[in-house]
Formats: sequence, C-alpha cells, structure tokens
Amino acid sequence: MKPNLIQELVKIVGKNAVLTSPEDLAVYSYDGTFEEHCPDVVVLPTSTEQVSQVIQLAAREHIPVVTRGMASGLAAASVPFSGGIVLCLTRMDRVLELDEENAIVHVEAGIITANLQAEVEKKGLFYPPDPSSIRHSTIGGNIACNAGGPRCLKYGVTGDYVLGLTVVLADGRVIHTGGKVIKDVVGYDLTALLTGSEGTLGVITEALLRLTARPKFARTALVEFNSIEDASETVNAILTAGIVPATLELMDQTAISCIEEAMHLGLPLDVEAILLVETDGQEETSVAREIEAAAEICTRHGARKVTVAKDESERQGLWKARRSVAPALARLAPNKLGEDITVPRSAIPEAVRRLKQVSAKYGLPIVIFGHAGDGNLHPNILFDKRDPQQWAKVEQMVAEEFAIALDLGGTLSGEHGVGTLKRPYLERALGPVSVDIQKRIKQALDPNNILNPGKVLPD
Amino acid sequence: MSLPCNLIQPEENEYLNCIRCGLCLAVCPTYRVYKNETASPRGRVALARKGLEGELELTPNLAEQMYACLDCLACNDICPVGIRPADIAVEMRHVQEQIRPSGWKDTLFGALIAKPGRMEAATMPLRVYQGSGLRRLVYTLQIWKLLPARLRDLEGMLPRLPKRPLRRVLPEVTKARGDSRYRVGFFLGCAQSLLFADESAATVRVLARNGCTVVTPKDTVCCGMPAAGYGRMDLVKAHARFNIALFEKTATDVIVTDCATCGSKLKEYGQILAGEPEWAERAAVFSAKVRDVSEFLMSIPLEKPAGRIETRVTYHDPCHLRRAQKVWQQPRALMELIDGIDFVELPESDWCCGSAGSQLITHYATSLAVLDRKMDNLKSTGAEMIASGCPGCQMQLTTGIKRRQLAVKVVHPIVLLDQAYASQENSQ
Ligand SMILES: Cc1cc2nc3c(=O)[nH]c(=O)nc-3n(C[C@H](O)[C@H](O)[C@H](O)COP(=O)(O)OP(=O)(O)OC[C@H]3O[C@@H](n4cnc5c(N)ncnc54)[C@H](O)[C@@H]3O)c2cc1C
Ligand code: SF4
Ligand code: SF4
Repeated sequence: MKPNLIQELVKIVGKNAVLTSPEDLAVYSYDGTFEEHCPDVVVLPTSTEQVSQVIQLAAREHIPVVTRGMASGLAAASVPFSGGIVLCLTRMDRVLELDEENAIVHVEAGIITANLQAEVEKKGLFYPPDPSSIRHSTIGGNIACNAGGPRCLKYGVTGDYVLGLTVVLADGRVIHTGGKVIKDVVGYDLTALLTGSEGTLGVITEALLRLTARPKFARTALVEFNSIEDASETVNAILTAGIVPATLELMDQTAISCIEEAMHLGLPLDVEAILLVETDGQEETSVAREIEAAAEICTRHGARKVTVAKDESERQGLWKARRSVAPALARLAPNKLGEDITVPRSAIPEAVRRLKQVSAKYGLPIVIFGHAGDGNLHPNILFDKRDPQQWAKVEQMVAEEFAIALDLGGTLSGEHGVGTLKRPYLERALGPVSVDIQKRIKQALDPNNILNPGKVLPD
Repeated sequence: MSLPCNLIQPEENEYLNCIRCGLCLAVCPTYRVYKNETASPRGRVALARKGLEGELELTPNLAEQMYACLDCLACNDICPVGIRPADIAVEMRHVQEQIRPSGWKDTLFGALIAKPGRMEAATMPLRVYQGSGLRRLVYTLQIWKLLPARLRDLEGMLPRLPKRPLRRVLPEVTKARGDSRYRVGFFLGCAQSLLFADESAATVRVLARNGCTVVTPKDTVCCGMPAAGYGRMDLVKAHARFNIALFEKTATDVIVTDCATCGSKLKEYGQILAGEPEWAERAAVFSAKVRDVSEFLMSIPLEKPAGRIETRVTYHDPCHLRRAQKVWQQPRALMELIDGIDFVELPESDWCCGSAGSQLITHYATSLAVLDRKMDNLKSTGAEMIASGCPGCQMQLTTGIKRRQLAVKVVHPIVLLDQAYASQENSQ
C-alpha cells in the first residue's frame, strides 16, 4: 500500500491504531479456520466517525476492507484474501447506555459478548444468545454472522435481539436502522438485512439490543444413551411433548471421550451419545417439573441413565465441557473441519445415520455434536492436512455433508455463515433467483465491491 | 531464511495443532490491554510457527512479541487443545538468543544473579541508600518527585532492604522446636534473601515451630527463572544441576520454598533435565520433593495459633503458584486458621498483576495497565492487607498501592501466621 495512504490512515486513527509490520500483518491473516492471507494494513478504530473516514478513503482508492471482530469465525469470512485493509473493531468495546427501564442496551460493536452479558447481568438483565465462542467473539461478529448457541432453542438467535444498528456504508455514510421500539414496520427491515451479512454490506459500529429478565432457576440433566439413534429420536419426543427446554445438545462418543481427556469431569466413556438437557424459568417448581418430565421421556426412549446436576458448579462444569468440544477435538488429529448443517428436526436421526455412512465410506472419522433441538449439527471431520490424499477426501466428504443437508430439506449453515468456505455451494442451496437478487442487493449497497470482496456470494 | 540446524527450538507438534479458536484471547492480560492480535497468545503461537517454518524472519520485532508475554500461563491453562502458548513464547526467546546472543545476559544471569555473593555486593549501594537515611532524605525533601514517573515507581516498589542478606544470617541448620518430625530443606531464593529477609526468617521460624529441622544450604544459586525468561535455557540447566547436587548432600525429605517463582522453577527441574541421562533421574527426585511453604504446612498437622489478628485480608494468586503449581487453596486455608482475620476474595484474584519478573522495567506501560485493573479490584474489597507469596507480585502490588495511595499493606501469608504465633507468645 502506498505510504501516503498509510499516512492518511494514521491521521484518522492515530499511529498506534495503524499496524503495518510483517508480524502484525501475519497475525491478522487468519480466523478460526486454517485459511490465511495477509492484509496490507490493519486499522483499529475507536469511533463510528473514524470508521466512516477510513471507509471514505477506501472508497476513493478502491481498497478492499475486511471488517474483523475477534476472528473466531469458522467460515474464513474475515480472512482478507484480497489484501487491503483489515478493519478490526476490538477497540470499540464500550457499553454506551444501559436503559434499564426499556431493557435495552446500546453497545459498540467490538465488545466481547461475554463482557456485554456480564455488564447487563449486574443490573439483573439478561442477553440470552450464547454462542460457545461467547468469551472470544464480538457482538459485531455475532450480528454479522447471526450467531446462535445452545440457548437459542428457547430464546432465539442473535438477530432476535437486535433492535437497531449503526452502520457505515460502503461510501462512508452512516446509517441508523431500527430504534428502541419493539415493533417497527416502517420501510424495509434493513436491520434484518445487515444481520448475517458477514461484513459484505456495511460495517456495524453500534447496536441496540433487547434484553430480558434473567431466568432465576435452571436445571441441567446429562442423559446417557447406548445408541445415537435413540438419542436423536428422544430430541423430537421431548419437543413434541410440549416441553421447551432452554437447550437440547447432542454429543457423540468421540466428542465425549475427547472432552473427558481434556477436562476429567467423569463423563461416561462407554456410551454412544449423550444429551444435555436444560430447563430454566422464573419458578423453581416448574423448572424442576419440566426437567423431570424430560428425564422420563428420555428413559422411555432408551436412555441408559439420567443424571441431574446437583448444584451450580456441577452445572457449570457440564457447560464448560460442552463449550470445549469443538476445540478439544484437535487433540485427536492435526486438523478438523467442522460443518454447521441444519435439517428439519424430524430428520436428525436420518442425518446422523447418513453422516456415519459418509465417514465409513471415506475412512475418516466424523465426530457429531450440536444443537439437536434446532436441528443444527456440527459434524467434524478429523484429518491431517499434510496428507494430500486425506485432504482430497475431506473436500468430497464436505460436499456429501452438504448434499445430505439439502436432501433432507435443510441448509448449509445454521450459524457459522458462508464466508469463503461454503461459497461454492451457495447457488445449490439457494437457487439462481435468490442468488441473483442477493447480488443486486450487494451491487446497490457496495457498487465498487470493496466490502469483504469475494465472500458469501459467487462471482 | 533458513535456521541453523542445531537450533534448540519448540517441537513442531507444540504449535502445529493450534486451531486458532481464539479461546486463549479471553484470558490474556496483554490482549486485554491492547485488544490487538499481536499481543495475544494465538498471535504469539502463529508468529512462532511462521518464524520457525521460515514464512517470517526471526526479527527483533518478532522476538519482542515473545518478550511482551507476561508468562502468566493463563493461556496454557485454558487451551482446550493442549497448546502451551506461554511456553512457546519463552522457548522462542531462547531461539532468539541462539541466533542473536546478547552478551550482557552472560554477565547478568551467568555471573551476577547466579552467584549470591556477587549479587549481594551489587545491591550494596541500595542498602546504603536506604540504611544511611538517604532514602528518608529523598522522601522528606520530596526529591523523588523530580524523578521521572518511571524511576519513581521502581524506587517505590523496593521493600525496605534488610541490613544484611538473610543468607548471611540464617544458620545452616535450624533446630525443630520440640521433637523433630521432618527434616526439611529450605531453598532460600535470591529475592527473599536480599529483599524480603523478614519473610523467609518467618518461614523458618514457622517450620521449626511445627516440628521441622530446617536445613538451609548457603551456596544455592538462582533457581533459573530470570535466565529462562531471558531465553538462556543453557544457564537454567547449569543452575538446576548445581542446586540439585547441593541438596542431595542435605539428605532432606522435602524441599520447601516461600517464593512462588522459585517453587515453580524447582518443580520443573525434572522436566528440564529429562534429556540428560546423568541428571534425569536425580532431577526428577529433586523436583518431586519441592513444596511451596503453604502447600507443605497444610499437609502436616499444623499448630493452630492462639493469637488473633484483627484485620480484613484479601489474597492475590501468584501465577507461578496457582497455575504453575496448582497451589491456591492452601494459602487461603493457612490464613483462615488465624482467628480474627476477615478474609475477602479478590475479584479476578488469579489474573496476573503485571509483574512477571521485570516487566515493570522492560514493559512499563503494559505492566502498569495490567496492574491498574488489579488495583481497581483490590479497592473494591475494602481490605487492609493483601497477601501473596511471591516477591515479584509483592513488589508490583506495592508499586500499585503507592501510585494509588491506597492504605493497604502487602504481606506474605506466612508472615501473618508467624505474627499470630508471636502475639500468642506475647500475651502469655
Ligand atoms: C470454539 C468456537 C465455538 C464457536 N461456537 C459458535 C456457536 O456456538 N454459535 C455460533 O453461531 N458461532 C460459533 N462460532 C463461530 C464464531 O465464533 C461466530 O461466527 C462469531 O459470531 C464470530 O464473531 P467474531 O467477533 O469472532 O467475528 P470474526 O470472525 O472476526 O468475523 C466474522 C464475520 O463477521 C464480519 N464482521 C465482524 N464484525 C463485524 C462488524 N462489526 N460489522 C460488520 N461485519 C462484521 C466479518 O467481516 C466476518 O465476515 C464458534 C467459533 C469457535 C472458534
Ligand atoms: S492456543 Fe489453544 S486456545 Fe489459543 S487459539 Fe490455539 S488452540 Fe485455541
Ligand atoms: S502467558 Fe499470559 S500474557 Fe503470555 S500469552 Fe499467555 S495469557 Fe498472554
């Protein structure tokens, strides 16, 4: 990048917020996948105004801008394949206002989601979405990917809590969408359009989020199954019985043994699957009644054992375990490729069966866990990328995983997004008309294609 | 760039499996200050990998990222994959030293720190400064305000130096009070001897009172932590061999230290010398005997002090005690034995204080930013005393307290126990 442009950037954000050393560029080259590409410069703004000026400069010079949160993304969406500017929002991390009366919080986009949660909980309020990456991802990244999490079964995903956004558009103009109102039908819903847009339509700099009252009670049960089919059928049985647990998580045997090795929690190693069921609410008796009802259904559907966590620390232990599954898998193989397919709930048992067939066919393990209650599964292929034969197989296996999802009426991604990795499969999932419309939306908002180019939509 | 083939460097599998999940960013104090990937564990692992694989040059700036790490071990603890970014950062300093040796480190870690006598001589001027009333003069005339802020912080961090280093004062063998039930070796750390002599004197008194014959070899050299921190693994190994041989002569069952940092290093000797046939076994035996003083005391029948201490106390977990040695319940339990103490937990008690040996000197701004957060937390407890069993942490906490002008005293937990015993004697 031309030195005079660097100078201009320094004028906008200050010297300490413009990084150009080879070391700095190298560490902004990746996200939570194994893809990487160095940017030309990294900029760490601290206000919407600074972001706007940076984008104006980029627009004038036609420089690609990749917005980045904490780079925990699993779709290579924040990897700057075209070089240019990485605009990293981690220094915009303030709570601007906590409106207790309306239960709304106004934050800057770079705040770590767990910090946001802790802040509102101090006032007895609650921000429900809980991606497993809650401690190492930003709210901006969560909104840009419309992140989900275990609790989303009952409470909904990130997008369900976004009331309004402050966004810097591709020409540097600043737009405020939505507002502090719960209902709003004036004009197109731009908030929804920008939610899940993966940095391709605008830079989210601030957000207004809806909060709820913190559920006072929660009970968590660990349910052991001798067969993963039984476990996945139980999921449907619980939900059709009218119980809405806060979470319904599935883990297969490999996932379990992997966490056990990492965390020594005393999880059973001889089962084929476990379900983690949690009920919560404001009333202790109803929460307890629901967990008992769920436990009974589990037993009727072949559960070998149901253990309800005795106290909060046991419960926290179980959740810590659940959150560590994905990374802990890396203990088993040098590389893993985790997908994020979603199928209609009733198709989960079938999806699990077919995934196992794929694994058997190619001879590489697929570990299965996920938010079974939402039909959102994370099949993880374990392999060694240094072996070209394995890598070739992995690519075919991923294609088959997607085929299974689509075939069963599902889709490519429930929460991680498309980014670069799922881009080749997009047209198949959406059909040509939808892709065409989406391309026009992109064209209207970012005619020079400077915002996260080469992501999500096919060329 | 190709690296010399005989380079001692991290093994491939130490960094290759990092899946870049980013979980370690959540607990890293330097990331929390700078909110910048370069100052994060994941960033440091990536830099190590790219440096060793030849994608990046091993520049001074790359090494600097490794030196900016506080070695607080929080990332090691949380990584679900088992990557140890903190260790990699330290190993990369060693790589740097092999490629671009910096001569002054020979003098400092090989000649000065390693030899207690020389270090005592080197700190002589300081003792004179403090002892002769010069320090008081500097204070009363407020000359210290003329010092640049940085020097002032460093000056303020020093405890009152003992007139004579404890090493010179402490007998080689201290008899147990009553029947001798344990023969305990005492590893007297450099900082403890030179700066916190009162604390180690208290340690020995408390041990003896509880049936220990305490053997203190006078010729111990530095545990090796400073040399390790500055990338001189060769010197660490030399220190380790020397200390092991020395303690072998004492025929003790346990080796106690009241310095968290020494303790963590001594416990590592087994691992450090694992590759040397002549030493592996001896080092393993040595390390297996090492105990932090609180760890040892809580494992034996301990006399409950009858004396009271009426004060509100909180506790800061030294990284090298809590994470490196998994000792965190014992110091708390030890203090709770004392009647009158109103113990409050410090929020984020196990976050690094920013000391990390010498970060206040080498990375002033970072160290202070990390310390500030500690002070906010300290203030929220309303404690009159903060206990911590590590000389580095104690000095750092003292600096923070002076900067903020808080009325909080910094103590070693063992001193509280010693005082409780003493006040019981006085009242009798
Ligand atoms: C161990 C692990 C567990 C995970 N668990 C979950 C889970 O349970 N549920 C889930 O949904 N995801 C999960 N993820 C994926 C990831 O954490 C989420 O996608 C998260 O929302 C990304 O946030 P981030 O701040 O890291 O964004 P990044 O990875 O930095 O960016 C992701 C995308 O968002 C865009 N973006 C970031 N900030 C902004 C902004 N301010 N404005 C516009 N665009 C922006 C980027 O351009 C990029 O396209 C997990 C990841 C890991 C590593
Ligand atoms: S070091 Fe561990 S916790 Fe940190 S990014 Fe790598 S795998 Fe994740
Ligand atoms: S040791 Fe501490 S400071 Fe160093 S990278 Fe790990 S968490 Fe950060």
